[in-house]
Amino acid sequence: MNYAALNYAALFRATLPETALEIAAVLVLFVDLAFLRRATQKLRAAVAAWLGIAGCVAGIWAVYAAGWSGFSAGNDVLLAAGGSAGVAQVAILVLTALTLLLLIGSSFTRNPGEYVAVVLMAAAGGLLIAAAEDLLVIFIGLELLSLGLYVLTAFAKSSGASAEASIKYYLFGGMSAAFLLFGFSLLYGLSGSTGLPRVVYGVDNAVFHGGVPLLLVALVMVAAGLGFKVAAVPFHLWAPDAYEGAPAPAAAFIASVSKVASFALLISISYVTLHFVESFQVSHAYATFKVYNPGEPQSHNTLGIVTVWPFILMVLSVASMVLGNLAALAQTSVRRLLAYSAIAHAGYILLGLVFFSRGPASAQAILYYILTYGLTTIGAFGVVGVIERAAGSDKLDSFAGLHKRAPALAAVTLVLFLSLAGIPPLVGFWAKFNLFAAVLAVSRSPLSIGLVALAIAFSAVSLYYYLQVLKRAYVLPAPDETPIHAHPLTTLVLVAIAAAVVLMGCFPALLQSWIAGFYPGLR
Amino acid sequence: MLAYVIYISFAGALVEALLPRGKNTAARWLALAVAAAGLALAVAGFAAGWNQGREVIVDAAWVPAMGIHYLLVADGISRVLVLLTGIASVAGILFSWNVELRANQFFAFYLALIGGVYGVFLSGDFFLLFVFYEIAIVPKYFLIAIWGSTRREYGAMKLALYSFAGSAMVLIGLLAAYVASGSHSTALADLAHAGLPASFQMWVFPLVFTGFAILAGMWPFHTWAPTGHVAAPTAASMLLAGVVMKLGAYGCLRVAIGVFPRGLDPWGFTFLGLGSWRGVFALLAVIGIVYGALVALAQSDFKFVIGYSSVSHMGFVLLGLMALNQIGLDGAVLQMFSHGVIAGLLFAIVGRIVYDRTHTRQLTELESMHLARRLPFAAWAFVIAGVASMGLPGFSGFVAELQVLTGAWKAEPWWTIAAGVGIVVGVAYTWRALQKAFFTDTIPAPHVLEYEHTHKLDPITWPERAGVALLVLSTAVVGLYPRILLDQIEPAVRALLAGGVQ
Repeated sequence: MNYAALNYAALFRATLPETALEIAAVLVLFVDLAFLRRATQKLRAAVAAWLGIAGCVAGIWAVYAAGWSGFSAGNDVLLAAGGSAGVAQVAILVLTALTLLLLIGSSFTRNPGEYVAVVLMAAAGGLLIAAAEDLLVIFIGLELLSLGLYVLTAFAKSSGASAEASIKYYLFGGMSAAFLLFGFSLLYGLSGSTGLPRVVYGVDNAVFHGGVPLLLVALVMVAAGLGFKVAAVPFHLWAPDAYEGAPAPAAAFIASVSKVASFALLISISYVTLHFVESFQVSHAYATFKVYNPGEPQSHNTLGIVTVWPFILMVLSVASMVLGNLAALAQTSVRRLLAYSAIAHAGYILLGLVFFSRGPASAQAILYYILTYGLTTIGAFGVVGVIERAAGSDKLDSFAGLHKRAPALAAVTLVLFLSLAGIPPLVGFWAKFNLFAAVLAVSRSPLSIGLVALAIAFSAVSLYYYLQVLKRAYVLPAPDETPIHAHPLTTLVLVAIAAAVVLMGCFPALLQSWIAGFYPGLR
Repeated sequence: MLAYVIYISFAGALVEALLPRGKNTAARWLALAVAAAGLALAVAGFAAGWNQGREVIVDAAWVPAMGIHYLLVADGISRVLVLLTGIASVAGILFSWNVELRANQFFAFYLALIGGVYGVFLSGDFFLLFVFYEIAIVPKYFLIAIWGSTRREYGAMKLALYSFAGSAMVLIGLLAAYVASGSHSTALADLAHAGLPASFQMWVFPLVFTGFAILAGMWPFHTWAPTGHVAAPTAASMLLAGVVMKLGAYGCLRVAIGVFPRGLDPWGFTFLGLGSWRGVFALLAVIGIVYGALVALAQSDFKFVIGYSSVSHMGFVLLGLMALNQIGLDGAVLQMFSHGVIAGLLFAIVGRIVYDRTHTRQLTELESMHLARRLPFAAWAFVIAGVASMGLPGFSGFVAELQVLTGAWKAEPWWTIAAGVGIVVGVAYTWRALQKAFFTDTIPAPHVLEYEHTHKLDPITWPERAGVALLVLSTAVVGLYPRILLDQIEPAVRALLAGGVQ
């Protein structure tokens, strides 16, 4: 990297959204500590949340204001802009703002200012990895995000479950970060660069000269690190505990924002992997491909990243779909059920990354999926949070008779869980259809059709456990029929999320064209 | 105009869901008004469509990027089935006049289901059809699980999972067809003319056909039907047998046969005497006819008798489809209408008129209750319904089954012979149920007579009379003058055979 070429003004412009979040974080802390020491808990939470939301709004403005310029040092792109990165960044900011709205009605912490500050900093990490095109930037962004998540998981200081979840999450996270870093260092050793395009090209060259075993080790390690972030089997063990123990708004943040950021990162890796190669054909386990390099238009016949990386993702995808859906069948806690369902959804999305298109179609389909999934999950955790406070537990049975105790919440639950199950006309169905259509558009081999069929079959299985929740909410009688009162703002947010899920389902083109607008000149 | 049957049903469902709790009378009248408006529109659309052939009702770009259209189309088959849905929905509400528990929610789910069913029958786009098809699944679950009886949670979950498994198969077929045809359009007509290769159709056809046929009660995937029917509240079992099973049969006809006709071609080899998917599904249909009838003969629960008879009668629909000739398909569509009306009537009598008064469905217990004297209206209504169900001339079932059997004979004589056995057994189980439930020849002892005199059963209410009248009238009109439907069905079937099946 040529440090003399670093243009700090450009760097500042490219990281304007992150900067906005960090300023907001500091401001929240300052206001909370300086002016609100004596204020009521409610006021402090409200001020902190609204300031944080203001930061997110400023961040969204900054994403648009920064233009589609990105940031490069010399010839190496460090941060991408526009396209998938832009979509993911706006989505991260919107979803973060929604989780902050949920904070206002909850009462798990006495330090709302610190909570909001940590959320904003973690979101800044998310923004960074959504745009990162360089191994080091990726790692820094991931750590920034992860450290925030560990703290958020432990934020309910009076709850043992929260502390236990956090330490488990932290241990797994630390280990997978080590794997990831080791994998990155091997990739650097193979390619001599940290920029993603150069890594791909360098690795393919190295492999041509006999570096296959090292490459396999490196990619498996990277997959372990990133698989941990998206909770793909077999790196999913933290998810059920973290989802169960974390305070509801924090769990919503982990389930939505962190997922969006991690999948955006996976998208950029897959995109670079494919785009560097001009054309390739897979025959047996080997790929014949022409690399995009004017000086050297030769055909390689190697086992490069192009073939190995999708294969690893495919293994993760199938394992996640199968295990996530089957394990969810046996859960009695709604939070754990949502965790296993998240694992299953990660499996579906990974399928989209396995059969990734050279055009933007796959990236758009995956972003569509993860955005709408994140939105739905935030709503689901909002409902769980309200019910937990009323019933004292997140067991399935505490949902019993919800339609009588809180009709609006029951209706929201109905919409959100059916959307997760992929029932039309809700948005979850569109996301699935879109994603699977993108997969089949890339490849119509028996393998891809078989995997799509597997995914659809397992989403039929998933209806069973989502219906278990809805059965409690609508069918079974309530043990006590005292009405549940949620904070009016929480109810409003949840109803708005449910309405959005219905609306986007009835008019799917709205979100699609918004996403497509980030890809000028393509399509 | 016909499109409004969908919108008013969903709007009605929304209003019902927002009604305050406890306003049961208002909920009932509102539901009846919505359903009656739907029936009126269906009748008007049916009449307006006379000699019109296929007409596009609405065509709007829905997802331009993927070439998916909101396309509503009506042809003779659609109009007949929309008419059936209108009749069944009005009758179902009349027979659920006594629902007191969460009445507004009941009618909300009911109308949402009806809206989905209307939507399926009017969709001209595979994708849209699938969306409406799935919309119809969820309300069924809640209708059975909340307001049902015997093992309702089990029955409801089984039905939901079977339906969803079937629709998963259809979704795979939809995705495969959409991508294989070049990702331009999901309109049924476009897919049918996309020139999908025969090898492709050969595996998609059985997948999609089976997916839809699960909901049509095809043996051996029929087991959700009897348990679901028995568990469901009266109106829901009327709808299940009356229209929801038709969704499956309609999907088989419109999508599987209409879009993937090459899938019915011979394989080029025979396996166990079967040379094509056509033979396989015809065999399953025939087994369903005979098996359903035999099992119905052995039931002790009155509602199970009707439940298995539905499996048997739906076998005729599938057999008619597999005949693949004009008369067989005409018969299949007519049988859909006929069974929808007759099964609705049977379930109404068993589930509402008899069960709500005697609180038992066991034939042995009903045997000692002398219902022919105590509920003459029910007894005579059941005689008419039973006679219609057996397929006696003068009722719609006769014309329909005759056409199916003729079509099947033209295609493969042994199918007709085997199905004929089913008809004979059908007479036996209907007769047995009729005799056991209503016309026992035991002479009541004096103290029983006195007991019966002091414990009168509730009188028949006006909604029950109106519902029975509506359904009996429908089957009789079609039985006496089948041309009223056949004139619409025939051109539509001819177009389908010409456009799809070679």
